[in-house]
Amino acid sequence: MSVLVDRFDVFAGGFWLTLQLCVLAAIGALLLGTVAAVMRISPVPPLRWLGTAYVTVFRNVPLTVVFFFSAFGLPTLGSSADFLRIPGLTAVFNRLGIDLPYFRFAIIALSLYTGAFVCEALRSGVNAVPPGQAEAARAIGLTFTQNLRHVVLPQAWKAAIVPLGSVIIAMIKNSAIAGFFGVVGDLSNSGVDMITQDQEPVIPTMIGIAIGFLVMTVPLGLLLDWVERRRAVAAR
Amino acid sequence: MSEHNVLYDAPGPRTRRLTLIVSVVAALGLAAIAYFFVYRPLADQDQFSMEKWGPLVDPGNENFKLLWGRIRDGFVKTLTAAGLAILTSLVCGTALAVLRVQLKALRRRQFAGAGRVAAAALRGLAWVLNAVTRVCVEVFRGTPVVITIVFVWLGLPELGVDFDNVLWYLVVGLTIYNMVVIGEILRSGMEGLPTGQAEAANALGLTSFQTTRMILLPQAFRIMLPALISQLVVVLKDTSLGFIIGYEEVLRVSNQAIQVLNNPIQMYAVIGAIYILVNYALSRLAVYTQHRLARGRKTRALPAERPPAAVAAEVEVGGSLT
Repeated sequence: MSVLVDRFDVFAGGFWLTLQLCVLAAIGALLLGTVAAVMRISPVPPLRWLGTAYVTVFRNVPLTVVFFFSAFGLPTLGSSADFLRIPGLTAVFNRLGIDLPYFRFAIIALSLYTGAFVCEALRSGVNAVPPGQAEAARAIGLTFTQNLRHVVLPQAWKAAIVPLGSVIIAMIKNSAIAGFFGVVGDLSNSGVDMITQDQEPVIPTMIGIAIGFLVMTVPLGLLLDWVERRRAVAAR
Repeated sequence: MSEHNVLYDAPGPRTRRLTLIVSVVAALGLAAIAYFFVYRPLADQDQFSMEKWGPLVDPGNENFKLLWGRIRDGFVKTLTAAGLAILTSLVCGTALAVLRVQLKALRRRQFAGAGRVAAAALRGLAWVLNAVTRVCVEVFRGTPVVITIVFVWLGLPELGVDFDNVLWYLVVGLTIYNMVVIGEILRSGMEGLPTGQAEAANALGLTSFQTTRMILLPQAFRIMLPALISQLVVVLKDTSLGFIIGYEEVLRVSNQAIQVLNNPIQMYAVIGAIYILVNYALSRLAVYTQHRLARGRKTRALPAERPPAAVAAEVEVGGSLT
């Protein structure tokens, strides 16, 4: 078990990088997912088709394939995702600004993939709003956007929080794949490197990696359970 | 809420015309963007040439037969791993769900007939067992499935378990993760049933295990069927992680082909399309089952208030993610 103490800085660094990746990808996924959800419930048929196509594709394709696409496809298109080098953000998340693009590719892959699930979580929230609410809003003459903004979405958020939370937890776990696609120094990559290159013992090292992820996922899961239970009591 | 039509009035002729015009303009704009930023860079690098696409789409190509043969073999291996994993996770997950429900029932018992010290000891034991399974569930549910797979792959030989086929590492890794997930799905299904079910079974004199086996579990399976099918999609997608540990599933096969044919974009597009096709069919099956179940419940005029489990199942179907 000494590897956990001796190489603590490696684990901590990996944890920090994975956390950065998760925060950025979560922001991207929430933005993408919200746009897709609005498209899917909008009155304009082509927008609905576009939203549905996006969700269908990314929900049914393995994340590994998405990662392959962003790691091979984007360079072929001549892009190294420089649009993610957002001036203010690179100061906090210094990995965003470096020349190796794989961290940015990982953010794109994770956001694209998770966005589809965020969209479905939001839509399930919208579906949970009693139809009478939207009908009443329409009856007093609100337009589609007013209806969403003032009546439906504020209530949908509440119902969507728990499914959104499980989507984010799943995304944190999925971020482990990034370490196998060129991101250097995140939890999974540094852990596997310690085993294969530094010949550290397998089991303690893997336990260290698992702890790193559990620190993120378990509290979030408990929080969600708590929210859900409170909601159940309130509904009774 | 039943989606559209509730949120807005049906568009009239003027709005429809406007929508059509704007859509056409937007489509043209998108097409222009796609042309300059996607098509042109790809065409400049000859990504649309028959040299790259031929092995995948042209039956006359010398590599066509060989390549699709390999892809078929790879896909069979993907399905094998997914089938084995879902089977073992179903069996183990059911066992886990029953175990957890039994332990919970055990914890509520007072062991009044066993004398004070023995009763306290038994209660303590029940509490400890309950806590241990709870912690195991949280740990394996919270760890990424890639990490579990790599752990099994690197860790089992260390513990003296050496499989000669890498398939088994993948299956064991997937099983550990998915049995916990399936166990939790079934457990919440059982706990969401109306309490009258278990009470009636108790009144008939069934033991706690008989109640679980004959009354609760069959109903939980029924209610949670859509969620279970969605989990099947997750397992199928997760088998693609096998390429990391060197299992020759469809993604790894295509990687090897790319080394020779040098057409990553084309190859991944085709592989992605295959995955979408299969998983989309499975998702449709989940939705269909859910509708069937909802209809069955309606016609038999059960209480209007649905058990929370059914609602949970609907949410699960909405998000079949790893």
